[in-house]
Amino acid sequence: MMEDAFNLAEEFQTPVFVMTDLDLGMNSWMADPFPYPERPFKRGKVLGVEDLERLGGFARYRDADGTGVGYRTLPGTPHPAAAYFTRGSGHNELAQYSERPADYIRNMDRLARKFESIRRVVPRPEVDIDPAASVGLACYGTSKYAAEESRHQLGVEYGLRTSYLRLRAYPFTEELTDFLERHARVYLIEQNRDAQMLALMRMELAPELAAKLRSVRYYGGLPIDARTVTDEIVLQEGL
Amino acid sequence: MSTTAAPPPKAPNLNRIGLEIASYKGGKTTLCAGCGHNAISQRIIECFFEMGIPPWQVAKLSGIGCSSKSPAYFLSQSHGFNGVHGRASTTATGAVLANRNLIAMVVTGDGDTASIGLGNFMHMLRRNVPCIYVIENNGVYGLTKGQFSATADIGSTLKTGEANELPPVDCCLLGIEMGATLVARSFSGDKNQVGAVLKAAIAHRGLSVIDIISPCTTFNDHDGSTKSYAYMKDHDAPVHAVDFVPYFEDIEIEMEEGEVREVVLHDGSRLRLRKLDRDYDPTDKLEAVRAIHASYARGEVLTGILYVESGKKTLIDHLNLVDEPLATLPESKTRPGREALEQIMEELR
Repeated sequence: MMEDAFNLAEEFQTPVFVMTDLDLGMNSWMADPFPYPERPFKRGKVLGVEDLERLGGFARYRDADGTGVGYRTLPGTPHPAAAYFTRGSGHNELAQYSERPADYIRNMDRLARKFESIRRVVPRPEVDIDPAASVGLACYGTSKYAAEESRHQLGVEYGLRTSYLRLRAYPFTEELTDFLERHARVYLIEQNRDAQMLALMRMELAPELAAKLRSVRYYGGLPIDARTVTDEIVLQEGL
Repeated sequence: MSTTAAPPPKAPNLNRIGLEIASYKGGKTTLCAGCGHNAISQRIIECFFEMGIPPWQVAKLSGIGCSSKSPAYFLSQSHGFNGVHGRASTTATGAVLANRNLIAMVVTGDGDTASIGLGNFMHMLRRNVPCIYVIENNGVYGLTKGQFSATADIGSTLKTGEANELPPVDCCLLGIEMGATLVARSFSGDKNQVGAVLKAAIAHRGLSVIDIISPCTTFNDHDGSTKSYAYMKDHDAPVHAVDFVPYFEDIEIEMEEGEVREVVLHDGSRLRLRKLDRDYDPTDKLEAVRAIHASYARGEVLTGILYVESGKKTLIDHLNLVDEPLATLPESKTRPGREALEQIMEELR
């Protein structure tokens, strides 16, 4: 995951937040040995001295290929045209200070395209579809273990067949939309009082899909267990 | 009819690496007329030009505030990063670790340094990060209409007449105590002193903290302010006259014994500190602290090279970084072999 995070950060020139939770961070877990990372490191769109000589310069924030990601140079590149000024306030494609609304809008639209580009390459969710299920369980982080066990309990004890999706990245990908389209109801399991992941989904998904979402929240301080999930779903399903 | 030959065009003034001063300039300032920060920007342009530093070897880091806008007004051929409030010390640390060949220069303010980023600043000090850290200190938050900052002196007043009652954070004292290896205070109106101190910082290997009193003409340049032009002209107390002799200039000046104290910097440049009305040893940490505290009692603002320590390990030394910048190391040197991972996995079984 760290390899992915660094590659995404370089390729899309953006911070990547690796989310963890208290259970994962503070408790000891068994894990399979890590495989040796074979893929090359990605540095993204970086121009060197030869590129600058050939091009005569560059526009840091110009979206040359529609991905929303501009070319950059590394600090210390020994060329008079290498430098640019990174700032949070308004700037044009040449990284120059600007208060022109057109420059600001162009840059904000570029960032929106970049976000869409990122959506296509972030890690996909882990999905297990039961073709006979009309109910789905969705989760993230260490809720995985309670969710998997709860699926078993729901099947054995209540005869409820379920599909499963574990989110592995934000922005959401088309796998989430497909999952919601396929099922009548999807229970989003969160160890979060305010159901913040659910709130994100409600903001971004089409209303007919967002309406299929149900919330299973747990915030008792200890890791969530399968019975908590099962009991809540049974209650909401009226089983 | 006689004709007079036109004088030959004046040759451009080039520095020792063949660049004109235009290569060191930046955009047009948007700060207020008379702002001390503009004078400091001009000194930075002159110093890097005269030292013959390639501008692309410099990284400019700043936070938020009027002072943090100023890196746009010098060294346009240097990479600049205007980060979030108070975090310039953090981004500078990252920049020099990623590329140890960069000359990192933070230009920031008293708000960034003494309040919002104080925690980050302290750790930069104790790590002796090789960096030039300039504080453009005006004692107020100019960008948000002139509230007191944490460096405002007791009794100093706002334009409204309100007096500050809380003791100031002295960034030089912090620097000396916590591990900076060149600590100076100056006044933006003292062109020669600011220039000499900046050049010393460029030559110094380690963290230089330069606290420059830089009056805010809009919010803190009135009677009652202790960061005004008038107050500084009356209370500026240089501990010595600072001359900087770069390593590439062979200048010998005859001085009477006891009149000048010489400090040799890492690159062979020399600081010549000429005695004024008192003797001052900037290599004596305790003396520096004592002198700053004593100056408070006299109502003076001590300026000059207050403390310098050559040869102390920097963060780069502590981390045993390779000579080549980490940012440009090829993958063959940064990816440990398969056996390295297998060994770690085996140790965890």
